[in-house]
Amino acid sequence: MRHYFTILSHEIRALLYNPSTYVAAVLFLVVMGFMFSGLLDDYSKAPHETAPAAVFFQVFWIPVFFMVPLLTMKSFAEERRLGTLETLLTTPVTTAEVVLGKFSAAYLFYLLLWGSTIGFHYVLRFYARDIRYLDSGPLIGGYLFIAVSGLLFIALGILASTLTRSQAVAGILTFTLLLGLIGGFSYMSELSILNAEGLAPLKSAVNTLRIPGHVEDFTNGIVDTRQVFFYVTGCILALLFSILGVEAKMLNS
Amino acid sequence: MAEIPDITIEVTNLVKSYGPLTAVNNLSFTVKRGEIVGLLGPNGAGKSTTMRILTGYLPATSGSVHICGQPVASHPEATKRHVGYMPENNPLPDDMRVSEYLWFRGRLKEMSRAKLRSRIDEVLELCDLKRNRHRILGRLSKGNKQRVGIAEAILAEPAVIIMDEPTIGLDPHQIIIVRNLIASLRGRMSVIISSHILPEIEETCDRVLIINGGRIVAQGSPAELRHEIFGHTTYHLEVSGDTAALAPQLAAVEPTLRIVTLGDADAASFRAATLMTEHEGDLGEKLLSALPAAGFRVRALGRTQPSLEDVFLAATRRSWDARLPDKKAANSDSRAPLPKV
Repeated sequence: MRHYFTILSHEIRALLYNPSTYVAAVLFLVVMGFMFSGLLDDYSKAPHETAPAAVFFQVFWIPVFFMVPLLTMKSFAEERRLGTLETLLTTPVTTAEVVLGKFSAAYLFYLLLWGSTIGFHYVLRFYARDIRYLDSGPLIGGYLFIAVSGLLFIALGILASTLTRSQAVAGILTFTLLLGLIGGFSYMSELSILNAEGLAPLKSAVNTLRIPGHVEDFTNGIVDTRQVFFYVTGCILALLFSILGVEAKMLNS
Repeated sequence: MAEIPDITIEVTNLVKSYGPLTAVNNLSFTVKRGEIVGLLGPNGAGKSTTMRILTGYLPATSGSVHICGQPVASHPEATKRHVGYMPENNPLPDDMRVSEYLWFRGRLKEMSRAKLRSRIDEVLELCDLKRNRHRILGRLSKGNKQRVGIAEAILAEPAVIIMDEPTIGLDPHQIIIVRNLIASLRGRMSVIISSHILPEIEETCDRVLIINGGRIVAQGSPAELRHEIFGHTTYHLEVSGDTAALAPQLAAVEPTLRIVTLGDADAASFRAATLMTEHEGDLGEKLLSALPAAGFRVRALGRTQPSLEDVFLAATRRSWDARLPDKKAANSDSRAPLPKV
């Protein structure tokens, strides 16, 4: 692991020097800002039972769908296209170090972007002059969810990037995987066919994997270890497949 | 750095196949410390594949490669420390500065910060890149990029340097610079370069391996190769006189000397002739004294050195004739058709 920090700092430097990073960050903050102000508009018109923070995290999937592909699609696809992956892997680094370094850099940036939205809640409290608006419970739960689920989302993006030399294909593949993961389980849990007697175990499994359900749990203060386990193992699995993806391409290129 | 053995690269019965296609077919060779070896071959001969296997980037189908005494297949981390590699087309990240890139690569190659700082200055000086050290790689000219690639390959002072077509796309001036740079590594590091630019290899390399269809079809120093492939010397002669009597006259000088081509007489009644002999010594003086004595007027006499290009063409053609490369042709008519010289 002695090269891990070399690669991590190289990747972070690359992110900071790249204008597309700032474009993506601005885009993210604009979208999130509009959603947040729309949410407050909604709350000012009619009383609601849930805290605004809880609702804010319900729409986590909108930024995830476009941010995760943008952050990860470049990582391996670009290096493979340029051929720099070959020079990288002929130094005494292991594939695992390269994959982990790139994953960590993208994940840190993902956290940083989400972290910047804490400012929204601070601004709200500052102008509303009411301590109740900064309800720390749902906020902590919500950001914890973002941090834990981000592991899996970013890992899927990295995996997609190792499979191709085209950034566009990697981005679309990531989007599709995330759509299947976030939308697919939600859709399946509402299928009436699963209500049949014999399919009850399947139904409960699909319900457990429903990601919007996880957001509710986290913002309500329930940190279910099964859900954390799902994201962490999913992340590890995706990274293992990424390592295999990089090495398999070496066999065939 | 650990002890470097005398034989830095040892390749034994290396085979690499991509599905039904065999890119490298039973290749064996060794490279000594400090030797510059050129891999020569037409496109698709297996040069790049061989180099990639040497660096540990590609696994071999069978056979073994030892770098500094250690097998690449089972100890890739150890052997990669001994290798500096510059791939074909020299890929570089576009958005880094020269010194930043070298720093990053040096850290990946496990050099300490203090050593790296002075070493970067050293290689920049060596590769004549001092003025460009703060420039962005994407904006460098092709020649400068190529030199950054070479600087990167020699950065960690590896025992083995592998360069895939280091002079591709350079102008003649830059080729000379790169060639001198490679020659300056002689004796310190083992260098393998591949190329199909033949004068290139001829100038810099101690030894040439000609590869075709994944097999070594000829190897040796450029001079040895000339002798092995052709086994004869060619003279160019411009002579005036009774050319019908020329052949017996030549046979009197040296029995194997014969006329290969004989041109038409020009305005001054001189004819250009190409002579060939298996005799190894220089027959120039003998010819110059014997021919005028026999009544011929000689205007020009020259000994033609077959260039490496001819050797290359003959050697690769010989292997296309599906003849086993290691079986030396026994008699002259089994040799490849001779290229025009």
